Amino acid sequence: MSSSSATTSAVPAVPRPYRPPGPVVIEIENVTKLYKMGEEIVHALRGVGLTVRRNEYLAVMGPSGSGKSTMMNMLGCLDTPTTGKYHFTGKDVSSMTDDELADIRNREIGFVFQTFNLLPRSTTLANVELPLIYAGLSPHARRERAIKALHDVGLGERMSHKPNELSGGQRQRVAIARALVNNPSIILADEPTGNLDSKTGEEIMQLLEELYEQGNTIIVVTHEEDIARHARRIVRLRDGLIESDVRQE
Amino acid sequence: MQRLWNEFIESFRIAITQIRANKMRSILTALGVIIGIVAVTLMGTAIKGIDTGFNNSLAMLGDDVLYVQKWPWGGVEDWWNYANRPPIRPEAADKLNAIIEQTPNSLLEVAVPVGGSGAPIKSGDNKVNGVQIFGTTADYGRLITADFSEGRLFNETEAAGGRPVCVLGYDVADALFQGQSPLDRSVVIAGHPFTVIGVIAKQGSFLGLFSFDNQAIVPLEAFRRYAGVRRGVEVRVKIKDKTRLIDAKEELIGAMRRVRGQLPGERDNFSVNETEAFKAQLDPIKQGIAMAGLFITGLSLFVGAIGIMNITFVSVKERTKEIGTRKALGARRRSILLQFLIEAVSICMIGGVVGLLLTYGLVFGVGKAFPAMPVEFSVGLVFISMGVSVATGIASGFVPAWGASRLDPVVALRYE
Repeated sequence: MSSSSATTSAVPAVPRPYRPPGPVVIEIENVTKLYKMGEEIVHALRGVGLTVRRNEYLAVMGPSGSGKSTMMNMLGCLDTPTTGKYHFTGKDVSSMTDDELADIRNREIGFVFQTFNLLPRSTTLANVELPLIYAGLSPHARRERAIKALHDVGLGERMSHKPNELSGGQRQRVAIARALVNNPSIILADEPTGNLDSKTGEEIMQLLEELYEQGNTIIVVTHEEDIARHARRIVRLRDGLIESDVRQE
Repeated sequence: MQRLWNEFIESFRIAITQIRANKMRSILTALGVIIGIVAVTLMGTAIKGIDTGFNNSLAMLGDDVLYVQKWPWGGVEDWWNYANRPPIRPEAADKLNAIIEQTPNSLLEVAVPVGGSGAPIKSGDNKVNGVQIFGTTADYGRLITADFSEGRLFNETEAAGGRPVCVLGYDVADALFQGQSPLDRSVVIAGHPFTVIGVIAKQGSFLGLFSFDNQAIVPLEAFRRYAGVRRGVEVRVKIKDKTRLIDAKEELIGAMRRVRGQLPGERDNFSVNETEAFKAQLDPIKQGIAMAGLFITGLSLFVGAIGIMNITFVSVKERTKEIGTRKALGARRRSILLQFLIEAVSICMIGGVVGLLLTYGLVFGVGKAFPAMPVEFSVGLVFISMGVSVATGIASGFVPAWGASRLDPVVALRYE
């Protein structure tokens, strides 16, 4: 793992567009998370605090076992903290039921997974429409918005293809279109380039950069410095605690 | 509401995609349901057929005839109250007829004494054992619905004189004379010679228990000579209007009490039986057979349901990651539950439709091959079997679908 100074030196000399962050989206206070692994109790998070504002571009980094995955699950409202507070756009997530969490994920969070997680037997369009089905939109509205999202990621011509007819980069674009389609408050990408070659990975990061510039809030969870470099702020985790939280404009 | 509807449609779409993607597996699973549905619907058809056959048999007995007998039909617990009843004398029929004639607007038409016993019938070297012999009067012709294939019934003169003439049932005539005309031929009934004057056309059997064609009818006076009527006969009374059966029965009971000279307040010392009551007696038995049959065939459907449950478990396991993804994208528990439930129900419904078509084919084939078999295919059966299919799908898909809906999205997403 390279030090933070190495990361800073890797930031390009050309000034990147920086958008002033808006109101608070995520507010985490002193969150802990315990797991029982057989007899052993694992402290995945030992008291973490984090505030993320609208239109931030944040990278969460850390070696394996640092609590990075737990952090991502927490941020994505897939999991709730053992203790501590988590407010998402002012709503207390820590005490929500499974179905309330599902609704938050549906409306507020766009997931991008390392393994794309597309439905193999559905077309590109159907894959992108999926979150809108759970949002309760009419078929007509779903189609319209899914087509627009696919155009936004440059896949307007591939709508009736199945995932296995697409390249890795195209699949991840479909996944990003799916993440965008319901206008979420944040886009949460978990190792978005982990299954792609470096050139394609770079293209995907370019797409995320564009989305950020269009006003989206992006959180990337990664262990790769090259990927984290694209973010405007890097949060490093180690042993369940935040080790550093650095802005890089 | 829109959301639930969307999820419903989406679930059906997924189900169809999944079934098409796993054709072999789906076919094999559906096969279990097909066998179950075929078994259950065939049983249903058979039960309905039995019912129809039963009603046809009752019609053969005549649904406009009342039976005056010593014993009531169906069992009695206090048999000692019945055992001491006087036997019904053939003369009671004459007295009843006299009363009927005197009664203006009587609901009764005619009373006919019928004595019965079993006896062998011989003709030359041919012999038929256990033929039901009826001794009766010429009025018997007004009771029966059957036609004569040859000859006639004895007339009043022959009956009154106790002439040794007889009418044979179709099977008896066939067994004794093998296709030759039995008319004017001689037979020996219980050691007494009789001349055949008629043959009754084939009627079939009553519930397959005893054949109407295995009988012989002789004049009551002749019957008396060799069998005797000391133990009594029965009096069959034809009524004029079967829609007023209850009233007719009331009238008959009154008339019979007069014949017997019973005092008011005294209990009837005879029974008036009717096929309707017989039906009521047999209904519980019929229902018992139906329940047992449906239970046994239901077992095969149960095995089919286990197959569905198994395949749904496999499906959930295989698609754990997909479940995780769907949950991450905002699927509620209900959505996942619905998805797998509809998948199970869809396979069951396919099985149900195929099973129903097979049953229809079988019933149609059996109906063509054996016209006598009382099988019936009804619209009700379609609804029932589709209902059963859907219920099977829900029952067997519920546990795995419930498990899927409760999966932790974090665990499900990590599943490989």
